[in-house]
Amino acid sequence: MQKDYKKLWPLFRAMFVLSACTFGGGFVIVSLMKKKFVEQLGWIDEDEMLDVTAITQSSPGPLPVNASVIIGYRVAGVLGSAVAVLGSILPPMIIISVISVFYDQFRTNTYIATALQVMRAGVAAVIIDVVINLAKNVCKTRRVLYIAMMCIAFVCTYLLGVSAMIIIFVCLGIGIADLLISIRKEKKKCRCS
Amino acid sequence: MPLLLKLFFAFIQVGLFSVGGGYAAIPLIQEQIVNIHELLTIEEFSDLITVAEMTPGPISINSATFVGMRLGGIGGVLLCSLGCIIPSFCICLILAHFYYKYRSFGGVQTVLGALRPAVVALIGSAGFSILMLGLFKSDIFSASLSDFRVVEFGIFAVALFILRKFKVSAVAVILGSGVIGTLIYTVAGMV
Repeated sequence: MQKDYKKLWPLFRAMFVLSACTFGGGFVIVSLMKKKFVEQLGWIDEDEMLDVTAITQSSPGPLPVNASVIIGYRVAGVLGSAVAVLGSILPPMIIISVISVFYDQFRTNTYIATALQVMRAGVAAVIIDVVINLAKNVCKTRRVLYIAMMCIAFVCTYLLGVSAMIIIFVCLGIGIADLLISIRKEKKKCRCS
Repeated sequence: MPLLLKLFFAFIQVGLFSVGGGYAAIPLIQEQIVNIHELLTIEEFSDLITVAEMTPGPISINSATFVGMRLGGIGGVLLCSLGCIIPSFCICLILAHFYYKYRSFGGVQTVLGALRPAVVALIGSAGFSILMLGLFKSDIFSASLSDFRVVEFGIFAVALFILRKFKVSAVAVILGSGVIGTLIYTVAGMV
């Protein structure tokens, strides 16, 4: 893994802009990061981004901060982490500091309320776009196990309200079982031949 | 203990124990800030959650900033946010280190391979929740057809088309949909 300090400034800028525009929770920023770092900049590959998402989801703390730590580390080591985290926490800090002073005007402004409501449609479009690409690639693996896991996990989280942590840990269990089965198969092959 | 130090340690605990992100942090913040240290009243706390939901950024950082600003000005903001991110910073650095050290091993790849479909499903689920909020202003269980919002649906469809067809930045799409939607509602006199 090579460290590239020339990427520090673009990294900071990207995190700052993404964080300033992330309405509605952790997975929104993961979709935006995927578009930025995988599709636009090509700094990390798609599988890596999904792994990073799984790690951020299963460690404590705010998801965008966790993702920034790992992506920053990948790009430029510990310093990269610090820069990425700084970029992603500065916008909310600035915005909230200002708003906490003008709180009443902010809450009662109907234009702000309308803009926030319609922006959800745009956010949804971005996430659905990312998900279509990701789901296509899962289908391309042609493993029935993976495709079934994706569908079942979706139903469990969206319709049954199962927490993301539980989904991740169950799938981790399935992954370990999958590994053990393939190791056993290989051993049998060795014995036969 | 001085107030700011108290805040600092309160938010370290929030950062350390809010596993699962987002809304999981709210009860923790409430316990630390309202119940244990009595730094905000419950009314102020509900104001805080309203602001945190209406603005970009993770809820725990937003609350740390809000509480810090109310009780200690800019210094409070810095200290609270720092407390909030220290635990994730340390834990994720360690995880990142091990991930990049061992990720090329075949066995690790098999295990991670099983996690990826799950992550796709989780992102998809978040996307559909936001879509339902945008189109019906409610979740899938309480949505009724009479609440269907045509303007939002139009914006969603056009935005998705543009994203699939051309390489535009996601940020531009999100901000653009906010501006255009507000304009449509204003012109139609529905604000």
